[in-house]
Amino acid sequence: MHELAVCQGMLDQVTRIAAEHHATGVNRILLRIGALSGVEPELLHQAFPLASAGTVAADAELAIETAAIRVRCDTCGEETEALPNRLICGSCGDWHTRVVSGDEMMLMSVDLTT
Amino acid sequence: MCDTCGCNITPGNAHIAARKNAHGDSAVEVLQGLLSENDRIAAHNRAHFDQHGVLAVNLMSSPGAGKTALLEATIDALKDEFSIAVIEGDLETENDAARVRAKGVPAIQITTGSACHLDAHMVHDALHHLPLAGLDIVFIENVGNLVCPASFELGSHRDITLLSVTEGDDKPAKYPVIFRAADLVLLTKTDLLAVLDDFDPQRAEQCVRALANPAPILRISARRGLGMEEWFKWLRGEVGQLKAQSSKFRVHQPEPAPVFRAPAGRP
Repeated sequence: MHELAVCQGMLDQVTRIAAEHHATGVNRILLRIGALSGVEPELLHQAFPLASAGTVAADAELAIETAAIRVRCDTCGEETEALPNRLICGSCGDWHTRVVSGDEMMLMSVDLTT
Repeated sequence: MCDTCGCNITPGNAHIAARKNAHGDSAVEVLQGLLSENDRIAAHNRAHFDQHGVLAVNLMSSPGAGKTALLEATIDALKDEFSIAVIEGDLETENDAARVRAKGVPAIQITTGSACHLDAHMVHDALHHLPLAGLDIVFIENVGNLVCPASFELGSHRDITLLSVTEGDDKPAKYPVIFRAADLVLLTKTDLLAVLDDFDPQRAEQCVRALANPAPILRISARRGLGMEEWFKWLRGEVGQLKAQSSKFRVHQPEPAPVFRAPAGRP
């Protein structure tokens, strides 16, 4: 369970941003997590109260939007949805694809009380 | 950093994207990776390796897949050809570092306590105990775990995932994140294939390709010396490529001053 470490890293960023804006608190943190990121949104939710206790974000709401996996095929050029362990082209079946969405683990925005 | 996904918006310039809402609160758009601090240190580690022309290789696998045995056999075969050092990650014990030191190369053991992976900070601390200037290859043996190590950049040039044939040929389908990230997949303990009827190397390869990963897949047995020449060939190719690049970059550049700090207690 590395979600606690991920959560602590995220809170370091949030704390820094809050300090830069002279914020007194954080209302909401929005993350975007893809199914191929290696991080489970549910476990992040569980880790968040532990990691945020005593920080400026202790009372913040953690919101997580998930990102579907999409791949673009090098062979036929189509962009299709894919599964974490099946990243082949949904159109022609070739495995020479690139993930265009679904592996992100992003801090999108924070709402600060100033 | 790029200009397409928004990762160029940093804490330093995030105030530009800040805006007040109706309640007097500010919504700050960040668009930054959750592990950006780890990634920053990883980039710093990479700069250390590049400055000295040292190839850094991150070895990942489940516990017991044969990472340390691979290192022992590799050191035995190549220690006259390359100057090698090893960073070992485990939850507890110095056992693996002791095995590597017994082969005559420096090894730094990182004991992570309960942490299930190495991160860039731990590797950075270990780097300060290694004489990078004289090395050709640093192997980083990650904590045995097919899940968490995949999420943390260390600054290595190449990531290798080992899959021992006793684990099952569908592991890449079960743990896609770590196998998708691999630059090389090593099927280990292949001498045991003769007595296993449920591991099909071709099926393992199909599972890796289904992750859209074109990485070479080599079949080896470190203990029996099978397929090791192919592995050494891959390693020589990578060292050669890095040396060629770094000599190009280092022309007319003075050696950067090393950043040393007091040892943290462990050897």
